[in-house]
Amino acid sequence: MSPAPSDALTLGSPALALRPLPAGRPAFVRRFSNLLLIVASGASALIVMTPLVLIIGELLVRGLPGMSLGFFVHMPAPVGEPGGGMANAIVGTGILVGLGLVLALPIGVGTGVYLAEHGNGPLGSTVRYLADVLSGVPSIVIGVATYGLVVVTLGHFSALAGGVALGLLMIPTLARSTEEVVRLVPASYRQAALALGAPKWKVTQAVVLPAARAGIVTATLLALARAAGETAPLLFTALGNRFWSTAIERPIGSLPVMIYDYARAPYADWNRQAWAGALVLLILVTVVSALLRLTARRIR
Amino acid sequence: MASTGAADRAYRALLGTLALAVPLVAALIVFEMSRGAAPTLRAEGWHFIFATDWDPVAEKFGALPYLYGTVVTSGLALLFAVPLGLGAAIEPWLIAHLGFLPLFQGFPFGLGVLNAGLVLAIMILPTIVSLSREILRVTPGGLREAALALGATRAEAITVMLGAARPGIVGAVILALGRALGETMAVTMVIGNTNRISASLLAPGATMASVIANEFTEATGKLHLAALIEIALLLFAMTLVVNGVARLLVYWSFGARRDVAGAV
Repeated sequence: MSPAPSDALTLGSPALALRPLPAGRPAFVRRFSNLLLIVASGASALIVMTPLVLIIGELLVRGLPGMSLGFFVHMPAPVGEPGGGMANAIVGTGILVGLGLVLALPIGVGTGVYLAEHGNGPLGSTVRYLADVLSGVPSIVIGVATYGLVVVTLGHFSALAGGVALGLLMIPTLARSTEEVVRLVPASYRQAALALGAPKWKVTQAVVLPAARAGIVTATLLALARAAGETAPLLFTALGNRFWSTAIERPIGSLPVMIYDYARAPYADWNRQAWAGALVLLILVTVVSALLRLTARRIR
Repeated sequence: MASTGAADRAYRALLGTLALAVPLVAALIVFEMSRGAAPTLRAEGWHFIFATDWDPVAEKFGALPYLYGTVVTSGLALLFAVPLGLGAAIEPWLIAHLGFLPLFQGFPFGLGVLNAGLVLAIMILPTIVSLSREILRVTPGGLREAALALGATRAEAITVMLGAARPGIVGAVILALGRALGETMAVTMVIGNTNRISASLLAPGATMASVIANEFTEATGKLHLAALIEIALLLFAMTLVVNGVARLLVYWSFGARRDVAGAV
């Protein structure tokens, strides 16, 4: 009887002995845990998508009945009277966001261009880091600070204060996303312009900025859409107003604050309008996001 | 040529001045809130953070119930959202484009701390998913391929990737925590708003942000207003620390230039 081949190998040269791998989990365990992880990650993805679907569904079901032409063009009805709309709040949100943009656009875009074109020094990295950290500061904190800065200084609540709060909120994100899109402009554009003898400022102004224009518009739209949905910073700056007002020195209504008030009110009709208002906001933000993705794809 | 240099310097100085607005805004926020909070800072001192009595009529202010509410709801949110978010982030086909929802309409459950935690979890999931996914995307794919070549299963290769991306993912989670800490409206609508610390998660509570939203416009006295501003200041400090750490971690595995701001 000759020894089995494996025996021969082991006996003949111990160094070559075929031993199992040291950290060996049995193959079936590894295969099973592989399956487990893949199934678990798929399940997580489904669970994460569920609230999104539920929220959109619920908003459509509850919001659509309240959506009528009257919702957009009528003023709020007196308490207890059915009907009425949120015309003043829709216009108010437009005014507040516009005021915010007046403050945030020059500062945000200017900062973004600085960070992209000159931002490699210590000032650049400090500003970049601060902008990132500031973009995570709760919006209600921005509201409290604006209350102190504007409302207390002027002595009353006003659309102006609300606009400043939204503007402060927009500056950090606008700056960072402008930086990103300006950096997307190929270096060869700058090199070509410099090679033709253009000074650096002219390269930025006449070559880089026009090339990045679509991206900057996109970044601005995104910031606008986010600001339009903000409630917390407006509660004690713009305050809210049930009457028609376009004056920037007086309190002004806005869609998010009105939704908040109506959602908490004990009247069924108000609650119905709150759902409609929420749906309008969702549509607004979704349309802007869709625009954003379309243009972003074009730039790339 | 000399005039060109001057124009360049002037243009750069103009942009630099605009960029200085960002630190200026940060400084203004700190200055304004410290000034506003000065009365309670003087009157209550450290007592403010450790006391549980919040009585505007007697002008006694202790913010512990709100601190507790904020920490517990955010903790719950992370507990629910982190495993789900990570699971979804490694799922290759998931399109992580959920970040556009305003989500302040609240939910038709009962009122309480647990529900606030659940709503917060839903609200921070997009942050965790899209950031983790971005971070995994820029983690060198060679790691995965090397692991697969050595005979690793798909799950083991993913574990290798997760290990390499860990600082960035931890950063993403802390960033999400920062959002949960400060979220105001949704929490205000579902938490029930009482300043009690209860052991039960089903009991109503309040968070720092929700008490500011509820009481600020109706603040009765100077001290009451100052107390609310001090809560805002504390919240600001908390999110500043949390975001500061998170951003550093994300930069570490991401590079500062990448569109982290846009992804959040």
